[in-house]
Amino acid sequence: MKYLDEYRDPDAAIRLVRAIEARLSRPWTIMEVCGGQTHTIVKFGIDRMLPEELTLVHGPGCPVCVTALERIDRAHAIASRPEVIFTSFGDMLRVPGSSGDLLELKARGADVRIVYSPLDAVELAATNPKREVVFFAVGFETTAPANAMAVRQAHRRGLTNFSVLVSHVLVPPAMTHILQSPENRVEGFLGPGHVCTVMGTEEYAPIAKSFGVPIEITGFEPVDMLEGILKCVEQLEAGTAEVRTPYRRVVRPEGNLSAKNLLSEVFEVCDRSWRGVGTIPKSGYRLAPEYRAYDAERRFDTSEIATRESPGCISGQILKGVRKPIDCPLFGTDCTPRRPLGATMVSAEGACAAYYAYGRHLELVDAAG
Amino acid sequence: MCLGIPGKVVETFQEHDILMGKVSFDGVVKKVCLEHVPDAAPGEYVLVHVGFALSKIEEAQARQVFELLDALEMPSELDESGDTG
Repeated sequence: MKYLDEYRDPDAAIRLVRAIEARLSRPWTIMEVCGGQTHTIVKFGIDRMLPEELTLVHGPGCPVCVTALERIDRAHAIASRPEVIFTSFGDMLRVPGSSGDLLELKARGADVRIVYSPLDAVELAATNPKREVVFFAVGFETTAPANAMAVRQAHRRGLTNFSVLVSHVLVPPAMTHILQSPENRVEGFLGPGHVCTVMGTEEYAPIAKSFGVPIEITGFEPVDMLEGILKCVEQLEAGTAEVRTPYRRVVRPEGNLSAKNLLSEVFEVCDRSWRGVGTIPKSGYRLAPEYRAYDAERRFDTSEIATRESPGCISGQILKGVRKPIDCPLFGTDCTPRRPLGATMVSAEGACAAYYAYGRHLELVDAAG
Repeated sequence: MCLGIPGKVVETFQEHDILMGKVSFDGVVKKVCLEHVPDAAPGEYVLVHVGFALSKIEEAQARQVFELLDALEMPSELDESGDTG
């Protein structure tokens, strides 16, 4: 267990691994949903401490990765306009669209700016009344309340030069989509701890019930994750399929009611296309009718875009847990974080980027001799 | 984006009719929206996603999360590059 010297509490980790080994009577496949959890697994070698019968597959939980190429291309079309100040979280700037990324656009003179909070974009609109400020609203349920607040604040402050390109995605419909796939291998889930901080855990009960899969809402610490895996294995072995929350110190069953109220005021659920996966019904947010005036897609004509995805990339299968980054012939050679070809190598949270960051591409070279 | 960064509330104030606060992330002080954790008081710790606090956490846990973020070496939303990790 060469990774254990990095653990804050190696004894607890060993105890949990031993308990997992003791409970296991047959092979199981568990998916962690969140990209942050994928990083913890790869960094701390959790997958390598576990018995071989237990397979961890990585889920679609990286919002940067799954933002559809068509949304990126639309962002580029809007950002290219001279009257626009285009604002975004920093990690969207390097995501390749069909032709280049937002950083390259910025280098060519487009006014593209990184903001820490969407409220900073609202402030930019207030201080630049002659410019159109557009914010790229991406992310799962964790960033949606912040983006909803920005829209509501722009409305309350009477700012008519602020709009948002909304590309929000939602976790539970993606889990359902994975489970419905004929290729599905997932038998249990580690649920996304911080998404549930906002939304609570109630939406996960119907998924557990209809597909017969246990869901353990899990944190991000290595020991949290081992605990989630142990609980999930216990449920699988016992034949139960319930939603449980080992990550109770942060997640309340009802979530954050104030944030949820704001979400239902500003957004409505819509079908959404996921990069590498395709359209998943009712898996995204768009602006609710009373806030439609702040929709950048209505404000700017982006009908000219022509979207083209890189050939050869298997990120769609990686996002669904069907294959792993090392199964891709392009991984670590033609496709690296510096020159990403697809969704899962683009963002720091992506599964391919995690494998690359912790040197798993070098092991492929070693293995090849 | 989903990891969240723990910070200590330094002060709270109203701005454009919403509850805001100054929050210290291990010394880096940022303006954070506290509207969704209205009972967060100076001295308490909150978990912050893209400039918004979504839950309160204990100090010991905040320290642990910071250590994890350091270990993961993932870009932080506090970086000048603005990465949201």
